Amino acid sequence: MSMTIVATAQLVPARWQMTVSLGSHIVLACFGVAFPAMIWVMHGRGLKGDEVALSLAKRWSKVAAVLFAVGAVSGTILSLEMGLLWPEFMRTFGDVIGLPFALEGIAFFVEAIFIGIYLYGWNRLPGRFHRMLLIPISISGVFGTFCILAVNAWMNAPTGFTLNTNSAGKLVTSNVDPLAAMFNRALWSEFVHMFIGAYVLVGFCVAAVYAAGLLKGRDDHHHRIGFIVPFAFASIAAVIQPFSGHIAGLRLATEQPSKLAAMELATDTEKPAPLTIGGIIIDGKVHYAIKIPDLGSLIARGGTDRPIIGLNDVPADARPNDQLANTVHFSFQAMVGIGTMLALLAVAFWLFRRRKQDWLRSRLFLKIAVVAGPAAIAALEFGWITTEVGRQPWIAYGVMRIDQAVTQSSGVWVSLIVLVIVYAAMGLGSLGVLRSMSRRWRAGESDDLPTPYGPGAPELEEAGAGSSS
Amino acid sequence: MTLASTVAVIMFLGVIAYAVFAGADFGSGVWDLTAGDDKQGAPMRTLIDHSIGPVWEANHVWLIFVLVYLWTGFPTAFATICEVLFLPLTLAGFGIVLRGSAFAFRKFAPSLAQARLFGAMFAVSSVVTPFILGGVAGAIASGRVTLNRPASSWTAWTHPTSLVGGTLAVLTCAFLAAVFLTAEAAKQHKVDLFEACRKRAIISGIVTGVAALLGIWPLDRDAPTLFHGLNHRALPLILVSGAGGAGTVWLLIQRKARLARITAVIAVASVVAGWGVAQWPWILVDELKISDAAGAHQTLWGLVFVFMLAAVTVVPSLAYLLWFTQRREPSVS
Repeated sequence: MSMTIVATAQLVPARWQMTVSLGSHIVLACFGVAFPAMIWVMHGRGLKGDEVALSLAKRWSKVAAVLFAVGAVSGTILSLEMGLLWPEFMRTFGDVIGLPFALEGIAFFVEAIFIGIYLYGWNRLPGRFHRMLLIPISISGVFGTFCILAVNAWMNAPTGFTLNTNSAGKLVTSNVDPLAAMFNRALWSEFVHMFIGAYVLVGFCVAAVYAAGLLKGRDDHHHRIGFIVPFAFASIAAVIQPFSGHIAGLRLATEQPSKLAAMELATDTEKPAPLTIGGIIIDGKVHYAIKIPDLGSLIARGGTDRPIIGLNDVPADARPNDQLANTVHFSFQAMVGIGTMLALLAVAFWLFRRRKQDWLRSRLFLKIAVVAGPAAIAALEFGWITTEVGRQPWIAYGVMRIDQAVTQSSGVWVSLIVLVIVYAAMGLGSLGVLRSMSRRWRAGESDDLPTPYGPGAPELEEAGAGSSS
Repeated sequence: MTLASTVAVIMFLGVIAYAVFAGADFGSGVWDLTAGDDKQGAPMRTLIDHSIGPVWEANHVWLIFVLVYLWTGFPTAFATICEVLFLPLTLAGFGIVLRGSAFAFRKFAPSLAQARLFGAMFAVSSVVTPFILGGVAGAIASGRVTLNRPASSWTAWTHPTSLVGGTLAVLTCAFLAAVFLTAEAAKQHKVDLFEACRKRAIISGIVTGVAALLGIWPLDRDAPTLFHGLNHRALPLILVSGAGGAGTVWLLIQRKARLARITAVIAVASVVAGWGVAQWPWILVDELKISDAAGAHQTLWGLVFVFMLAAVTVVPSLAYLLWFTQRREPSVS
């Protein structure tokens, strides 16, 4: 049976629009999840009398505010896109998977409120109480992640409903159990992996900023704690992350064999299956790969007596096509490769630190630490591409394909192009503003920056022009 | 009241909250836009920053709340609205993104030129977005969102009711914002700003009232179901709204800005509530009833539970945020 997927005109732009929207939002969301815990530590040091740490906590909270604001609006557009791009998915399953979204709404609300109070609270609230506000911010960040991952996990392991076809030939659900849908089989492993991933990303990114400063010779207490606190978070996260990823992957062999086949680039079912490193499928055959015998079965299945199902043993309309399988395999290996190197970097740093070797004076280490920031972002994006593209062509695995879910509205190409322009501008705007904040702080302006169009405006333009030269 | 109706009422409370909180927030963009050049407009823009800075993100979560309740409680209605109103909703989404990020960026912009650019983006999208969202409301209220939709989704939101909805949305936002800014200026003891905002509030209040009266006139033919509802079941709410608006203008003339905030909120909340009552029991007017659109029973109970959870978590913390940022005490730094 070789039924090909019905091509609908909006499918390609709709998927790209989702890719750009979610791919951007996921980075911002990580900051909402992991940054408050780092600010908590910094703020705590500050309350113990470290003025530098206190000032860092204050600045970080202002950076977090900008990122949170952009994350809030990019999250809003995502909730619109759920319906704008995938109306049939929402029509059929809206009441199956809506509950975690509603709970996430509360989490986000609480987070937004407490971030507002925390930011406004500088110099207005007593220190200890003020710092305590980070607790509800962190908890709601964790809970929000849990809820969103519940939905994403459900798309990989749909449950909590009975599926029927109505007289018009459309899918309808009955016996809906929203709690069973929420606590699906993929939930915990996906949640833990994403949650830790957020700490890897934010930790290495923030540390990279201070590594860059150290590299420019700004070797002071400010840059050292600015580096060490996020790097410590990132280190712990990076070391646990491979284990959480491994556990998440074990589910796939039996529950999503087509995703595992794509990740392993397995075209034919083999027992024991090799570990395929590199390689690309051309005309249905794997080329240019290094194959290590037995290791694939051993890692993915926990024993050489267990097979890995190959892509060819899954119907063509129920698995990623060759091109997508190549994408999944590449992304998966890139994620594993980068993740492993980040973990090694962290382990090496702390081992040598115990031996009293100060790597913060090593230009080589600092250069690597600067690169580790964007590398951590790349690892997260690759991981996300692995799980999302690996699920194709399903929007809900085994239940509804993306071509059944996509909108019929014309104009998705236009909205995609506009979105790309808007998001590019937003990305540039964020970077420009963050750079400007750090430049102005370094130029000695107070932690509370003046409003640029206020009475101090003319001086500001001079200051900006002066320090950029 | 049935379970489905209860969830619909909860969702519509979210619509009202969005109209009031985000309305005041959007409206400040109108006054930002018209504040004049950098020097002349700086005091007004600083006032706007102070007024909405700590609260604007929370204000906009109400929209997410409404969307989530819509797609979870009434999935068919949500999917249909998204299909028919693809274009305006996409535009509104971009408006929200541009507005929010530009506002966040402006405060920390590297140069005055960039601050000007971000400011213009913030202000223009603050006007355009509520206009579009008002148009979306008009499309639903006038029965343009149909299950077997026409080929073009252009006509669904380009008709008198959407025009009225959009115009009233922008005016209402501007009015609310002006009243709030007047109170903020009073709190900060800024006499010039107080007078400037007060004048704007009074004028926008009168213009909004006149526009609302004129706006009802085309609804008779363009949105008969809504029109009938507004004239009958929802009439008390419309009258309350009118009284609230008139009371606000009177209080502003009396220079009682703090009290005027309350009457202005009553005016806006009751007119939005009036819309909901007028189109009851339809979720998509003349097309889909709340009872027919309702999702799975267990999920609806879940939504009621989430609402109660929100009542004990969100409401007290939001109240604290508003109280904390609105009280008189200045920064000690």
